[in-house]
Amino acid sequence: MKNKRLDLSYAQMKWEAVFRVILRIMSAILIVIIIGVLITLIVESIPSIKSLGIGFLWGKTWDPVSDVYGAYPFLVGTLLTSFTALILSVPFIFAIAIYLGEYNPKGWLSELLKNAIELIAAVPSIIYGFWGLFVLVPVIRTFEAKIGVAPYGVGVFASSLVLAVMIIPYGASLGITLIRMVPSPLKEGAYALGATRFEVIRSVILPYTRSGLFAGILLSLGRALGETMAVTMLIGNTSAIASKFKDVFFGPGNTMASVIANEFTEADHTVYLSALIELGLVLFFVTVVINLIGKRIITKFTNN
Amino acid sequence: MEPRIGLRNTKSNIFKGVIVFFAFVITLPLIIVLLYIIKQGVTQVNWHFLTHVPAPVGETGGGIANALVGSIIIIAMSSIVAIPIGMLAGIYLSENPGTKLAYYSGLCVDILQGVPSIVVGIVVYFWVVKPWVIDLGVVHIKNPFGGSFSAVSGSIALAIMMMPIVIRSTEQTLRLLPPSLKEAALSLGVPYHRVIIKVIIPCGFSGILSGIMLSIARIIGETAPLLFTAFGSPFLSYAIGKPMESLPHLIYTYATSPYDDWHNLAWGASFILLMFVLILNIVTKVITRKWKIQL
Repeated sequence: MKNKRLDLSYAQMKWEAVFRVILRIMSAILIVIIIGVLITLIVESIPSIKSLGIGFLWGKTWDPVSDVYGAYPFLVGTLLTSFTALILSVPFIFAIAIYLGEYNPKGWLSELLKNAIELIAAVPSIIYGFWGLFVLVPVIRTFEAKIGVAPYGVGVFASSLVLAVMIIPYGASLGITLIRMVPSPLKEGAYALGATRFEVIRSVILPYTRSGLFAGILLSLGRALGETMAVTMLIGNTSAIASKFKDVFFGPGNTMASVIANEFTEADHTVYLSALIELGLVLFFVTVVINLIGKRIITKFTNN
Repeated sequence: MEPRIGLRNTKSNIFKGVIVFFAFVITLPLIIVLLYIIKQGVTQVNWHFLTHVPAPVGETGGGIANALVGSIIIIAMSSIVAIPIGMLAGIYLSENPGTKLAYYSGLCVDILQGVPSIVVGIVVYFWVVKPWVIDLGVVHIKNPFGGSFSAVSGSIALAIMMMPIVIRSTEQTLRLLPPSLKEAALSLGVPYHRVIIKVIIPCGFSGILSGIMLSIARIIGETAPLLFTAFGSPFLSYAIGKPMESLPHLIYTYATSPYDDWHNLAWGASFILLMFVLILNIVTKVITRKWKIQL
């Protein structure tokens, strides 16, 4: 005699097993994607690694027409824009984190400011680029004419300004969370000893959250290094690098991401294309390492 | 008594002033950008603008219908791929936090979140756009979309960017649910997959939904991965194997063109894109607020 109920529950058990396997496969897909990305980038940059060697990274000339490839101008461009943006944004990151974390953690004003800062991250980078090109660049051009450098308008300086605004939310939102996590007995102890608000922030809150705030800044840096569209529209796209720092800083340039965006579809022979992909590989490694260090610090911080 | 208390208090107040100044001054660029885009864009938008394709240089009129349709198709296709994978992977990560697989795929989610979008574009170009053949001796597997930029490749690139956000939001929402919910369902003899589908997902639905909306808001403005994948096209196209225009890509091409008419078109498109992003973000905020109250 057949037991219908038993059959049904056997069927359910089978489905249960299938479901568990599906869950496992879905999360394994992530690992497959990352490994696939890595392998694709490495395999496709082999021609360039073979023919250009490690000297590719500090070769000063990038001239696809005569088949000379050097990544130095892009490394300089990327590092200069990212770090200028980071230096400009750090005071804001700290101010927002301290204000929303310590001075004013609740209430409509703090909610409004917090939402505004999240909105900065939500606006697409292409819109920042477009705005920068038509509004910021003319302003910078007049400024550059005044201080006596070639008035290009576009360039490392313009990109850094826009980047600085774009990367603030990433560090700031982490900073807010961390500063709110500072145990109040620590703060109360300091107040009880007669410390002022400023002294509590300087000698209790900041030392306590130091590693976490550093991680937030790292995450912002990771964003800045990989940011493509706004920078591509504002940096001027020149692969030649000037000899004087003043000219490099205010003149047009190129970053690793922007040169890939501009030249990838035009690259007509193997080594050219492969050199661009090698730039992508370098970018991938650098951003991944920065992000993982940042995430590791945060995990350590929140677990303690 | 501390004799310098007045000095110290002044210092403290000055510090607070500086902090407040820096914290609020950063909203200025945001407000300036938003107002400028709205001012430039809102005059462009009308019914004609939304239902016509861009006009050639020299002709007046024209709209962004091709980019609107393209963006919607591309986003829909990437959602179809990314949402189920993201949700299921998120469920796995929240249900099995200690396993090796969970550790490594969690690590991969972190990595994927940090990968620059342009790198995703390059990789998907080689996976989907470039023609390739795998020769297995008996059978040849050919790249079905190889040889041409295609909407499919753009969707795959965007799906890869979308997944980490969906996964993380699903995982974090489900972690917040009390374990007693699941235990109660299991003790009634409900099989595991039905517990997840009928109990866990509905309970965390608004949290998961807000993650999905956030991920759409994030990828709708992504341009870099589309440069080498969906590319762009001046015509209204529904063919997913062919190049397809999208809003951000249209803004990029028309903003960097030398013609004033095209700039105006790009301002209008920026306005529409910005509205999409703003609305998605606001709706997400409302959902999450409700969610927090329910908890």
